[in-house]
Amino acid sequence: MKNRMMIAAAIAGVSMTVSAGETMQAKIEKLVAASFKPGEGQDMTRLVQDETQKLCSATRNNPPAKDADALTAREKATIKYPADNKLMGDWKEGEKLVKGGFGMRIGTIEPDPAAKQKGGNGGNCYACHAVDPKEVAAGNLGPSLTGYGKLRGQSEDMVKYTYEKLYNAQAFVACSSMPRLGHNGILKPEQIAHVTAYLLSPESPVNK
Amino acid sequence: MKFKAMSLSLMLALATPVAMGEASVEEYRAMLADKDANPGFLIIDKGEALFKEKRGPKNASLEQCDFGLGAGKLKGAYAQLPRYFKDTKRVQDLESRLVSCMVNLQGFTEDEVKAKLYGDQRHNENNTPLEAIAAYVAYQSNGMKIDPPLKHPMEKETLKVGEAYFWNRHGPMDFSCATCHAEDGKRVRLQALVNAYNKQDIRKTMSTWPTYRVSHGVARNNQHRMWDCHWQMRTPDIDYGSPATVALISFLTHQAKGGVYDLPGIKR
Repeated sequence: MKNRMMIAAAIAGVSMTVSAGETMQAKIEKLVAASFKPGEGQDMTRLVQDETQKLCSATRNNPPAKDADALTAREKATIKYPADNKLMGDWKEGEKLVKGGFGMRIGTIEPDPAAKQKGGNGGNCYACHAVDPKEVAAGNLGPSLTGYGKLRGQSEDMVKYTYEKLYNAQAFVACSSMPRLGHNGILKPEQIAHVTAYLLSPESPVNK
Repeated sequence: MKFKAMSLSLMLALATPVAMGEASVEEYRAMLADKDANPGFLIIDKGEALFKEKRGPKNASLEQCDFGLGAGKLKGAYAQLPRYFKDTKRVQDLESRLVSCMVNLQGFTEDEVKAKLYGDQRHNENNTPLEAIAAYVAYQSNGMKIDPPLKHPMEKETLKVGEAYFWNRHGPMDFSCATCHAEDGKRVRLQALVNAYNKQDIRKTMSTWPTYRVSHGVARNNQHRMWDCHWQMRTPDIDYGSPATVALISFLTHQAKGGVYDLPGIKR
């Protein structure tokens, strides 16, 4: 009896929090459905939120600790590694990806031209981070990565952490502002290994 | 003089690259601030001519358009937008209201009006009629306080939903508006970002739209700004005058309440 009551209370608690969030979430889903029109060049699947995006939206990036832990564990489980399992790639390739801001813009008004798309997406890192100290035009939404490898060294753990953070930042910080570059398919595992090398390699301008 | 030159070179030597970048951006902004040199005025003139011209299947001008203060009352109307309109039964901003008037008064279809929203800066195009007319109507509220009404239940609801949507994360970048616009002193590369929760900051921004954009060579409006941010977030094109853009513009305008319109704006 006591057990059953506890379960009932637990269910009531869960459904209450869910429905309270659901009302606004349902409104937002309706709003989005009415505000983007399907058609050539539009990819409506991009508007469908996963559990993580839903939770971070509803809590304005401050999920309760229990939910935050479940989120990071779920995101961590999504991480994939390069076929050869080499997490330190070529830092020179990484540099191109860090500088590049191209790719994935769609629609009919100003889509990224298909001809240029063949080069693949950039990582767009300078939008938010200082990286090479010689690059002046760096944003500050994210922390500075200048001297990243010099400060942290190149231990196996550090290589793995850096790769995984780049692949899915929310595996470490729930509702981090940083795009889940690997998980969302912006960069491929091999490319993330290149960026990892760019951040960590003693040869890289980041650490000079 | 010599001392000045020395101190300048010393300053440059000591300045961090980012600080130097900021300084040159500030200088650029100062040059842009010369109001009399704002090419936006030419676009406003063009907008006025288009507003008064008989156009469309009904061969009518837009002079009887009701922007909320009554048919044909333009002075101060933009300063009290977005607002609820009885005839369309929804909250509308300047641009979506303009579409309604072009449909109802001039007899265009909505698809015809929205076939060409923005002049394409990549091909050196001029402003579209929609952009020019919006710049003209907005300018009739220059010098007035931002004062959108918040009486009708739909206005209250739109504001609430607009703020929630501001935090909505979607698309392959996982971004929401708040990712870039909820903290002070943030930049994307060297572009300073407005914090929608900083009263001074958001007033300065909202009071200067529509704005002449130097890098585009045309006047842009709030709808274009909403589209542009979504495009950068890698979503599909957000629809012109859609419930989501109007809700966002409502939220941003209410945050900026009390600011004074300084039009046309001029920006990068």
